[in-house]
Amino acid sequence: MKKLGMVVTLIVLIGAVWGFLRTKPDDTKIEKLVLTGSSTVAPLAVEIGKRFESLHSNVRVDVQTGGSSRGVSDARAGLADIGMASRALKDDEKDLLSFTVALDGISVILNKANPVEALNKQQIIDIYTGKIINWKDVGGNDAPITVVNKAEGRSTLELFLHYFGLKNTEVKPQVVIGDNQQGIKTVVGNPDAIGYVSVGTAEYEAGQGAAIKLLPLEGIAASVENVRNRSFPLSRPLNLVTHTEPAGIAKDFIEFAGSTQVNDLIEAQYFVPIPR
Amino acid sequence: MSLSRADRQLITLLRGCALLAAVIVLLILLFLVKESWPVLQHVALTRFVSDASWHPVDGLYKLTPMLSATLYSTLGAVFLAAPLGIASALFSRYYAPPFLAGCYRRLIELLAGIPSVVYGFWGLITLAPLIGRLHPPGVSLLAGILVLTLMILPTVALTADAALAAVPIAYLRGAAALGLSRWGLISGVALPAARSGIIAGIMLAAGRAIGETMAVLMVAGNVVQQPLGLFDSVRTLTSNIALEMAYATGEHRAALFVSGVALMSTVLVVVGTAELLSREPHHD
Repeated sequence: MKKLGMVVTLIVLIGAVWGFLRTKPDDTKIEKLVLTGSSTVAPLAVEIGKRFESLHSNVRVDVQTGGSSRGVSDARAGLADIGMASRALKDDEKDLLSFTVALDGISVILNKANPVEALNKQQIIDIYTGKIINWKDVGGNDAPITVVNKAEGRSTLELFLHYFGLKNTEVKPQVVIGDNQQGIKTVVGNPDAIGYVSVGTAEYEAGQGAAIKLLPLEGIAASVENVRNRSFPLSRPLNLVTHTEPAGIAKDFIEFAGSTQVNDLIEAQYFVPIPR
Repeated sequence: MSLSRADRQLITLLRGCALLAAVIVLLILLFLVKESWPVLQHVALTRFVSDASWHPVDGLYKLTPMLSATLYSTLGAVFLAAPLGIASALFSRYYAPPFLAGCYRRLIELLAGIPSVVYGFWGLITLAPLIGRLHPPGVSLLAGILVLTLMILPTVALTADAALAAVPIAYLRGAAALGLSRWGLISGVALPAARSGIIAGIMLAAGRAIGETMAVLMVAGNVVQQPLGLFDSVRTLTSNIALEMAYATGEHRAALFVSGVALMSTVLVVVGTAELLSREPHHD
């Protein structure tokens, strides 16, 4: 019995080695596609890259982070085939081409039991910087406000601060959270909390019956629809950037990332697919 | 006495295993230091104490509030769980009828097996809002301590129970023959004899409390501040790493590894203390 086992093992091993040697020469021509830039776009690019690789067996997609500005400068300098930027191109970057893959929007959320229906920009700034600490100052109950902020490094935090012109050192939170789900659970569990999460998540959870409400901003309702038609102010495009008109696999990749085949990946990251 | 060949082979093998375990610990330390090197190169160690706050994106790296949060939550949990755990062990060992004691022990073992996220989830949904009614926002050092207490209570109870079970039956018979009351037997004979085992169990539980991440992350509020009261929102070193690592790059990432080094050093201190405390007192 023992001998038989060894023989079988040997045959399997030889087979594996032989198979390995045989398949090796077939894919010597591996093309590499390098993407660098925004850490917001990167996780999405990795997922799109995986699916792209599964369709193109000779392509390896390499995604590196370093911020939107690095994405833009790498694309310009030719260090990356495609740059990633979680913002629109600035005026001095108009020599580059940008392709919007998805939209990112965030919504300020309150507990459903909170009577406050809307807050203006200044009120939200004052609440987050600790100048307003009681809901009665903005037309709510006489209750202390629980400010929920995001952990450092999150893209939602970055977008939130950028829109309200705040620095994170100025924010005076009572609770700091990691992901969107934790933010929603915190606001559901605390009637006096104010927080912000991705519009996609907030709308989905509210639709599933979570006790939250999405506050409108500048009179525009926070909804995936308004992010998609770009009327919601607290949103931004997620762009792929190239220096020259893309060609070869870079062109294929950008077309793939802009197609409906990746909508599920975009939604899985709580971003909003653009109308195709 | 000369050892047989088999014994010598076994010794070599065991030495090899011990060496491997030690090398792995050293490699982990080395790795932590290597990963935190980019920030240690040009940020003086004192700045991790003297900076104004923890805002690594803006180059502010104060770690001490998180270190105290870790220590306070661990101490608080051990302070609550140790007497409860020892009491539970004494109950099941000396007071409960055998059938009940068996059931009770199974129940405690079950409690030990509940994953920490489940405790955290319960804390976030039930405990934090309850505390919030007393003093908003509810997610707080107190919530962290209570959840940690629940989590380490079974560890203390089970190790204390095992330590008490290991007390030689002759001691107990001797004590009974001297006419000691049940409590006299426990306090005068059983507990002193089981002392080192119980302390080792408490230290093991403290280690678990220090390292616990998810449950604390969900209930402690995670604001980086020096806790001044039980209702303050705090962030522990472990939560800090879990919260920020996924999106950290460059020096921010390196600074998180510095908090890992701080955590590891804390654990080393705790283990060292445990080693000192659990040594049998010398009787001459």
